[in-house]
Amino acid sequence: MREARDAMTKYGRKAHAITALVREAEVHRDVYVDPEIFELEMEHLFPNSWVYVGHASQLSKPGDFITANIGRQPVLASRHTDGSIHVFYNRCPHKGVKIASEPCGNTGKFFRCPYHAWSFKTDGSLLAIPLKKGYEGTGFGDTQANGGLSKVKNVVIYRDFIFARLNDNGVSFEDYFGESLSTIDNMADRSPEGKLAVMATPIRYMHTCNWKMLVENQTDTCHPMVAHESSAGTAVKVWKREQGDSTETPMAVQLYGPFMSPYEFYEQSGIRIWPNGHGHTGVANSIHSNYSDVTGYLDQMVAAYGETRAHEILGEVRHNTVYFPNIMVKGAVQILRNFIPIAVDKTLVESWVYRLVGAPDKLYERALMYNRFINAPTSIVGHDDMEMYERAQEGLKSNGNQWVNLRRLYESNEEQDVTAVINGTSERQMRNQFHAWAKFMTMDMDKHAEAAE
Amino acid sequence: MITEKTITDLIYREADLLDTMQWQAWLDLFHPEARYWMPLEWQQQDPVLQPSLMYEDLLLLKVRVERLTGERTFSQKPKSRCHHLLQAPQIVACDTAAGVFKARTSYIYTETRGDMLERYSGWASHDFVEVGDALKIKLKRVDLVNFDAPFGNIQLFM
Ligand code: FES
Ligand SMILES: [Fe+2]
Repeated sequence: MREARDAMTKYGRKAHAITALVREAEVHRDVYVDPEIFELEMEHLFPNSWVYVGHASQLSKPGDFITANIGRQPVLASRHTDGSIHVFYNRCPHKGVKIASEPCGNTGKFFRCPYHAWSFKTDGSLLAIPLKKGYEGTGFGDTQANGGLSKVKNVVIYRDFIFARLNDNGVSFEDYFGESLSTIDNMADRSPEGKLAVMATPIRYMHTCNWKMLVENQTDTCHPMVAHESSAGTAVKVWKREQGDSTETPMAVQLYGPFMSPYEFYEQSGIRIWPNGHGHTGVANSIHSNYSDVTGYLDQMVAAYGETRAHEILGEVRHNTVYFPNIMVKGAVQILRNFIPIAVDKTLVESWVYRLVGAPDKLYERALMYNRFINAPTSIVGHDDMEMYERAQEGLKSNGNQWVNLRRLYESNEEQDVTAVINGTSERQMRNQFHAWAKFMTMDMDKHAEAAE
Repeated sequence: MITEKTITDLIYREADLLDTMQWQAWLDLFHPEARYWMPLEWQQQDPVLQPSLMYEDLLLLKVRVERLTGERTFSQKPKSRCHHLLQAPQIVACDTAAGVFKARTSYIYTETRGDMLERYSGWASHDFVEVGDALKIKLKRVDLVNFDAPFGNIQLFM
């Protein structure tokens, strides 16, 4: 049946047709607007990738759980009585009812399905079924249901960040992320205790565009001074007019102002790319470099790490780090944005703030402020960006030109899957992402079946 | 003399100024130290160390108002419009001696742009202070009934 479906479709399991959508410095618009491509992303790209599930601080006690999606598939992570963390597909082995429907909670000693009361230990194993006798001699023992909640086998918790890969086979966590983990390290190291904590719910923002537009925008350094002139530019202008004799720039203006930095600033600050589609802006410095000091924080850091190391940690002010496929981390302001695909033209963005454990309140206050200024449905910067994504989603339906141009600072024979530091206005990180996109879309497609067609 | 009617009239006037897009006159209703707050939690107490959708002072409200009419404000091409449908405000406090004036108003808010129309339900809590013999808004707090849902753009003021 699947073969029949694939034969009738444009892209289904046709690796060559999919890779042809990504040229050296252009991508075909179908990657953003074709529902079939979106289905294939859910079936191949997300299960082949390491995807962020949540943070271990959300599971501090046994019985704590969180729910999430990997691509479109609902999953559930729990803290077991022995302290271990497990990730399951969030569906009852009986008839598929979601075991947990809230974003987070504590289930006590076991999960109990609300439909027919099958119950499961917090490691997912089957605990009890009412009227168990009814299954005797039915062959139940040989079914997948007998194993309890289906487990995601490939789970890695790195500095409390929980990542999972749904497919049993694929690239290992270490090979997949490599040196890019240095941004997560830097964010956690910014706590004098080396620990982060989720304290509250994320800001949620629904976008009517393809998820990849949001991911690409994270390293698009040629748009802020243009698209955000209306918000950041106005903030700077109003402050100049209203500041009077005030010598101290309000935190709000410190956060908005740098968005108006000129091209030269972004050029020199640089972009670093890594293999498998990861990369970050703000290598030499970034829009987060010049926030005012928070009293007492440096002393805490020096006491914890020593003078040299403390300055090294705080001197690393990377702007946006993209972890392919769908999160962005801002170490310097402790924010993670999760771009959750809902449909080809619909993306839910959840923006999380982490508290630096042991650091002054002021830093958490600033991170929360940044999050609502930039990442909320009520954010004027968000309004600027969303307008561009929506217009692109519409514009790409036209047939006049079916290619999206990513040629800025392209050099012929660019090497793929390398680490490099380049001019900060390059579109190379976007090219890097699309190379990874083609790779993770097709790596589990049966190339032989295709050749035989 | 501040009466309960002074409070309700002011709340109706605020909604009317927003609906007719008289932004400057709307800003003039606020005290210089005022805040506009949209919490992100049920019965939230802390606007600073808990996340909010908005927690803004007059400077930031001025930025928003100025942005709405900017030549390069592309998310306002076409422009948004809004409509407030208010229930009669409930007076929570009207105490001239103590200088405490508070009301809570249940309402439905509509924001439109182009062919889109979004509707929100919630409560506005107003705290006022007496300045001269008039009232100024010290705090406007907007609690949406579904504060935790993922919204699209909310570009005007609830
Ligand atoms: S569906 Fe879960 S117990 Fe029946
Ligand atoms: Fe932007």
